[in-house]
Amino acid sequence: MTDFTEDDIRAQVRAWLTDNWDPERGLVEWRNMLIESGWGVPHWPEEWHGRGLPVGMAPVVEEEFDKGGAVGVAKMGIRTLAAATILEHGTDLHKQRFLRGILTGEETWCQLFSEPGSGSDLAGAVTRADFQGGKWVINGQKVWNTSAHHADFGLLLARTDWDAVKHQGLSYFLLDMRQPGVEVHQLRQMNGHASFNQVFFTDAVVEPEYQIGGLGEGWKVATTTLMHERRGADGVRRYATGSDRPGRIYEEERAEVATVMAPYVWYPQRTGRADLLIERAKAAGRWDDPAVRQEVAKALTLARTAEWTARRAREAQQLGLPQGPEGSIGKLAASIVARACARAHTMIAGPDAMLTGEDDGTGGVVAEILVSTPAISIAGGTDEIQRNIISERILSMPKEARHDTDRPFRDVPRNQVG
Amino acid sequence: MKFSFSEEQTEFRNMLRRFLNDRSPTTEVRRVMETESGYDAEVWRMMAEELGVAAIHIPEAYGGAGFGVSELAIAAEEAGRALLPSPFFGSTVMAATAIAEAGTDAQKQALLPGIASGGTIAALAAAEPGTGWNADAFTATARPDNGSWRLAGRKSYVLDGMAASLVVAAARLPDGGLGLFSLPADSAGLARRPLQSMDPTRRLAQMDFDGAPADLLGGPEAGAPAWARTLDVAAVCLAGEMVGGAERLREDALEYVSMRMQFGRSIASFQVTKHKAADMLLEVELAKAAAYYAAAAADDDDEVDQPLPALASLAKATASDTYMQTAIHAVQMHGGIGFTHDNDTQLWFKRAKASEAFLGTAADHRERMLQHWNA
Repeated sequence: MTDFTEDDIRAQVRAWLTDNWDPERGLVEWRNMLIESGWGVPHWPEEWHGRGLPVGMAPVVEEEFDKGGAVGVAKMGIRTLAAATILEHGTDLHKQRFLRGILTGEETWCQLFSEPGSGSDLAGAVTRADFQGGKWVINGQKVWNTSAHHADFGLLLARTDWDAVKHQGLSYFLLDMRQPGVEVHQLRQMNGHASFNQVFFTDAVVEPEYQIGGLGEGWKVATTTLMHERRGADGVRRYATGSDRPGRIYEEERAEVATVMAPYVWYPQRTGRADLLIERAKAAGRWDDPAVRQEVAKALTLARTAEWTARRAREAQQLGLPQGPEGSIGKLAASIVARACARAHTMIAGPDAMLTGEDDGTGGVVAEILVSTPAISIAGGTDEIQRNIISERILSMPKEARHDTDRPFRDVPRNQVG
Repeated sequence: MKFSFSEEQTEFRNMLRRFLNDRSPTTEVRRVMETESGYDAEVWRMMAEELGVAAIHIPEAYGGAGFGVSELAIAAEEAGRALLPSPFFGSTVMAATAIAEAGTDAQKQALLPGIASGGTIAALAAAEPGTGWNADAFTATARPDNGSWRLAGRKSYVLDGMAASLVVAAARLPDGGLGLFSLPADSAGLARRPLQSMDPTRRLAQMDFDGAPADLLGGPEAGAPAWARTLDVAAVCLAGEMVGGAERLREDALEYVSMRMQFGRSIASFQVTKHKAADMLLEVELAKAAAYYAAAAADDDDEVDQPLPALASLAKATASDTYMQTAIHAVQMHGGIGFTHDNDTQLWFKRAKASEAFLGTAADHRERMLQHWNA
């Protein structure tokens, strides 16, 4: 149905909120009401908690919610990727079992894709799923799993066929994390935070009906998850904060936000914090040093030109122009910006760059920048992978020779993982 | 527009590109750069009369087309891409801007229509030996003489200075202020000589003033702000010219590595080559974004969040670093042939080198950027 005007929708949302919104309700109670009414995810199908509205109407509805300070369904973190994947590839059983818990926030999710032996080469996963006694039995190890330490379910990519070629031997499962065969260890990073986990499977079990997509179709389903991850669509809001308004529902939401956002507290620092450079240089008494000024100017220039380039890409998209190269370089640009900023921050800090925590003179912010920026050129596709993508897809240069797609996966040379 | 071009702007760009592909291919650039004048008068006449390139940003009241700096920078970008040798930059971008900014209505009526038609070539004599475009260091002087002025001192790096029939000169007033003056290039007391330019497609001249009579443009207060605005517009257009040249170098180097075979395979299949090509694309795209944003700032500074001098200098600095780096990569990617005279890469390399220094170095402009930056 697309024969609604934006104004009709706004009026309907406002009327419904007037009748129902009450900040003293419980968070889960309220979200169940959103699910019944369809206003929590208006762009989802009517049979699955939505109203079947065009995707473009979702921000309109959200705007009306924001105006009245009304809380929405849970839409932070990995659960959004689970929802998107299940909506697109799941059976009715999957949708029935999981979608409501995702939207109310009662059940949380993690992604179980990367492995110690396959990072950039994700399809090289060797965690195995063997069909034994009517169930899938999982053995192996995953890594870089955000929020796995408190997740109820996991999106698991595992190998079910070792004789098929690489991408055809994978299947995708919805795994219950609360079982004896699943062990989660937090992974400490070089910046001291522990935002990720390692997950070990020892004869963990998945019932056959919780396989999603067909046997050997795991890569196809994973592509959906990854696409939503890259897009950051459906509101994976990494820097979300709860409202500071009074009321029971806001209190409960603040607690949820604090848990979901905890892994991301250092994310602003990994960008290099160009916004702090001038103020830091003045505070440190280095603003008259011509060498410092040159480095600050270079970092500011990179940060601003990267931002303008992203704006050019967005505007071209809005105008319906063919996508130019400006749309493919953002990730790589972010790495260069972060490095230039780290360099300038170091020059500004001088000997204090050796210190951390309270002793670095900035409450540890600069120290955290200096040891967090290396993440930006690795996470979400390394600089090297980005350069391959740019050179092959934008510049049409020849693809790398591969030795993994012309033979059964069991014959592909790979890492020895203990 | 800051982040995209209008259909009219794109059509203007396409028209210029077609014209320059047709009338100023590299074979023509090589022929023209060996001539005494250093440009093709017939190509310049066509560009001025048929395409209106000499008149772009000159107000309609003074015979111009009344467009903005954005359109002027598009023309500069296409000229840079083609490495067009022409009086466009010296006459239209620099001298006409100075006159339009400083002159009285009568002076603009007298001087600008000729430049807009392409028939008059003007040059801006401002920079001085060694100190360049830093106005605080200008030492040439102007003294009043019977209701007129007489200029003394040496100006250098004057773009299109030998081709010009009209000269705009910057000189210090008796009170220490900055004045902009106009005088015919063949005035008594003005001696010119061509400088040996490293870039043969961009001709520079030295001018010695020894009591040459000149008209003060506007009043004694007009010179300093007019000079500042002229430097900004020139920096924006130079940034456009440089990103045009850098993009051309990048494309030509990519085409070369795509056909070059070594060790039984295309050298474009080597990851080291692919990654260099990806980095070149990234750098050129970032510099383009800066050049376009600064051009928008020159037309409407309410549209942007930093003052024009900060953005013009940012664009000049990043475009000149990128142009030079792209030229270095381009020569390297060509290997031995890239170092030969016959390979065209060297032509753009020399323009990149000259552009690094022209209007001030990247370091000079980064410092200027910060002095004007709104933190």
